Amino acid sequence: MAADGIATSPRPASRLRMGRLWYRVKGSPLTLIGTAIALLVLFVIMAAPLLAPYPPDKISLSARLAAPSLQHLFGTDEVGRDLFSRVLFGARASCGIAFAIVIISTVIGSIIGCLSGVVGGIVDTAIMRLMDVFLALPALILAMALAAALGPSLFNAMLAVAVVRVPAYVRLARGQTLSLRNRTYVKASRSFGASPAYMLRWHILPNALSPIIVQATLDLGGTILTAAALSFIGLGAQPPTSEWGSMVSSGRNYFLDQWWYVTFPGLAILISAMGFNLLGDGLRDMLDPRLGGR
Amino acid sequence: MSLISTILRRLVLLVFVVAGVAIITFTISHLIPGDPAQLIAGDKASAQTLAHVRQELGLDKPVTQQFVIYVKQLLSGDLGQSLRTRRPVAGDIALFLPATLELGIAALVMAIMIGVPLGVLSAIYKDGPVDQAARVVSVAGISMPVFWFGLALILLFYVKIPILPGSGRITLGIAAPPRITGFFLVDSLVAGDLKAFWSSLYHLILPAFVLAFANLGIITRQIRASMLDVLQEDYVRTARANGLSRSAVILRHALPNALIPSVTLLGLAFGDLLYGAVLTETIFAWPGMGSYVVSSIQTLDFPAIMGFTIVASLGYVLINLAVDLTYMVLDPQIRELG
Amino acid sequence: MTEPSGDVLLEITDLSLEFRTYRGPIKALNGVSLNVRAGEIVGIVGESGCGKSVTMMAATRLLPKGAAHITGGGIRLFGSDPMKLSERELQHVRGRQVSTIFQEPMNALNPTRRIGEQIVEVIRRHQRLDNAAATSKASGLLRDMLISEPERIMQAYPFELSGGMRQRVLIAMAFSCEPRLIIADEPTTALDVTVQALILGLIKHKATSTGTAVVFISHDMAVVSQLCDRLYVLYAGRVAEAGTTASVLAAPAHPYTRALIRCLPGLAPPKQPLEQIPGTLPDLLDPPAGCLFRARCREADDRCVSVPPLAAIEPARRAACWRRIEETQAA
Repeated sequence: MAADGIATSPRPASRLRMGRLWYRVKGSPLTLIGTAIALLVLFVIMAAPLLAPYPPDKISLSARLAAPSLQHLFGTDEVGRDLFSRVLFGARASCGIAFAIVIISTVIGSIIGCLSGVVGGIVDTAIMRLMDVFLALPALILAMALAAALGPSLFNAMLAVAVVRVPAYVRLARGQTLSLRNRTYVKASRSFGASPAYMLRWHILPNALSPIIVQATLDLGGTILTAAALSFIGLGAQPPTSEWGSMVSSGRNYFLDQWWYVTFPGLAILISAMGFNLLGDGLRDMLDPRLGGR
Repeated sequence: MSLISTILRRLVLLVFVVAGVAIITFTISHLIPGDPAQLIAGDKASAQTLAHVRQELGLDKPVTQQFVIYVKQLLSGDLGQSLRTRRPVAGDIALFLPATLELGIAALVMAIMIGVPLGVLSAIYKDGPVDQAARVVSVAGISMPVFWFGLALILLFYVKIPILPGSGRITLGIAAPPRITGFFLVDSLVAGDLKAFWSSLYHLILPAFVLAFANLGIITRQIRASMLDVLQEDYVRTARANGLSRSAVILRHALPNALIPSVTLLGLAFGDLLYGAVLTETIFAWPGMGSYVVSSIQTLDFPAIMGFTIVASLGYVLINLAVDLTYMVLDPQIRELG
Repeated sequence: MTEPSGDVLLEITDLSLEFRTYRGPIKALNGVSLNVRAGEIVGIVGESGCGKSVTMMAATRLLPKGAAHITGGGIRLFGSDPMKLSERELQHVRGRQVSTIFQEPMNALNPTRRIGEQIVEVIRRHQRLDNAAATSKASGLLRDMLISEPERIMQAYPFELSGGMRQRVLIAMAFSCEPRLIIADEPTTALDVTVQALILGLIKHKATSTGTAVVFISHDMAVVSQLCDRLYVLYAGRVAEAGTTASVLAAPAHPYTRALIRCLPGLAPPKQPLEQIPGTLPDLLDPPAGCLFRARCREADDRCVSVPPLAAIEPARRAACWRRIEETQAA
């Protein structure tokens, strides 16, 4: 009861908000690290051709399985390709596929969820019961089965993981929609005869967006892992594509003697997944201080 | 929401979920590019053999009829025949399931035994060094590629510092205990074979830890968050104001209330565990369902993949049902009113 | 009238305390002094946010660690400084010698444990009793709280009881180890008016029959005046006025006290319209200079730009208002 009863003099709301944001970020070095890693990953994806000292597919049989050195920072693989260059280019496949999955499932899920919430009635019930069924199943196992059935390729793996992630976003978006639908301004809009499409575009979507974005960021880390794992068991990227999961998979045959082959692609997966997880955590804490602890 | 109506609701959902699994796996089987009959009969089969196989599998009938046959087979426990092992899939799964369960249970126990105390300490000493360390560990757990972590640990504890076995369930040369439950730890004790018991236990340590590590992070986080919530509750303040010892406040008043909402997490953790087991078993050559399904994927053995999917989904659904019921029994408000 | 002459149980001298937030320190207490003697019932009155609960939670060290910082003054609880006690020593003081009844009875009991277990746990923590003896003691305590079937209540979970019933359980728990001091922090605020009178009666009766001192925290002048021997009126983290209940009500010395009394139907002089106090509490993040009540005071003048001390105006009466202090000095 100490602080809440004390009146405060009016302050500019935006300044207060920025101040609070900065206060939280400053107190959370992990969020800063996460942001830095995420930015680094984005930079590597864009600048891979500039940063890589060799073309990722350049075979050099004279330099097979070379240990890390100044010529080859991360060493080379069994046909002499430079692992540093392959790891850099791998960011495109490994993180690119994760972005694609999250974007596809977020967009589709949000549209279905918002529509379901706005339309309501029997359509809503039918959609939500169907989603309940999906959510009651182990998503990653289904993704694996689906990817296997579609045939092993990076594109099919992406499709399979995106499909099984849709229901979670449907539920999130619908929950947001329902809570917004009962707000006074939306009710007012409906009483003026606004169509569902209009309400969706102008009232529901803009306001439901921020929790969905937080969830999407949180999911990015997990999706990077899933995509890499599918490639590792042979369902995603196929050799010779530079992709971290499939690099670990090929490196596995040499890991007893050539430790660097599996180590660097694996570290790349770990670090980038960690970066997005930290960033997502930080975003969530800032939007919902109750969950955050700070 | 009373206990009985909730159970009924869940059972109805269960029926739908099972039907959903059947439809999904059936659909996926028909998505498969190429002719299943060709896959089974092999590339060199004659047209006559193909027609025969097709008839045998009922592939010449309309799709709806095929689905009815499929469901009938499922209900009688027939998951079809594996293309790779040429044995019934149901039998294969029954053979490999105990190894996966043994690994999964060991991992879950490990994750809970480390994760719960870590989460509690993390909440009590919020923002202190323990909390910071626990946060790093849990983010690392959530972000760790299981397959790579397994390789790294094998390299460390089997190759560089050889103190733990890196593959299999039991040392070569030690006979596996006679199969009763399929759990080596249990069977070896029943047989009184301590040598096999210790060997199985040794073999379990690394893979179980790898599998536990990811869930460790999730459990630590959940416990930390709900402990922080509970520690702010008025009844914790009452307990402190009445001079109860720190351990009584934490262990008897805060922790039980923090654990109840965390129970539901166990069911979800099981899903991750199943998926993680697929990867862990591959790395550690652990002869369970995970290794089985990965080999099946690599040979495009669809009956085996779908059989695994059905069994895994059903197990997941049933475990979540059981967990939710446990949750309701643990919460006196629901229990007494139900 | 002179102050009662029992042992001083709690003595707070010039206590200042702040909460550190991202916007800067909030000066929640600013030189609060008060004392409580054995056997008396002392009221602390003021609006929400004036520092009533904070003062008493500081005395029992129940404020959240890290957030609150004592910046001046001192506390002596049963002759020792609670800030210097170890966690273990503090546990033997809490519950055994001083216990607290909080405002919100709804969540003040552990939802997953039976009522009986929770009372027995407190009794057995502080007294050498076996389970059976502690159980029968608990049921006696509940009976004292006019609970007719204590055995049935002890088997119940908190959610099965009404708010008033839970508060009676908490009062029984607070009295269970015969403490010398009980802090009752707005114990009736969350309850129905009809239950309030019963609860107040139970506390008063139990306290007088056991000789327990009570600090009664309330925003309600009417409740405090019925119950307490002495009053402290707090305003914005400072003591505005202190004295015996009778003398304060008869001749309130501080304009804030007068305003509080005028707000109440039962206490205000008859045939006068009820009043409300204009304005709100000052911002304690950035408090104005001088008397903190100045902005809301109808009698404020030039003197009020400096902070008035809490000065004796009569025997056993103190007030922090320049007008009254100078009147006293003149007389």
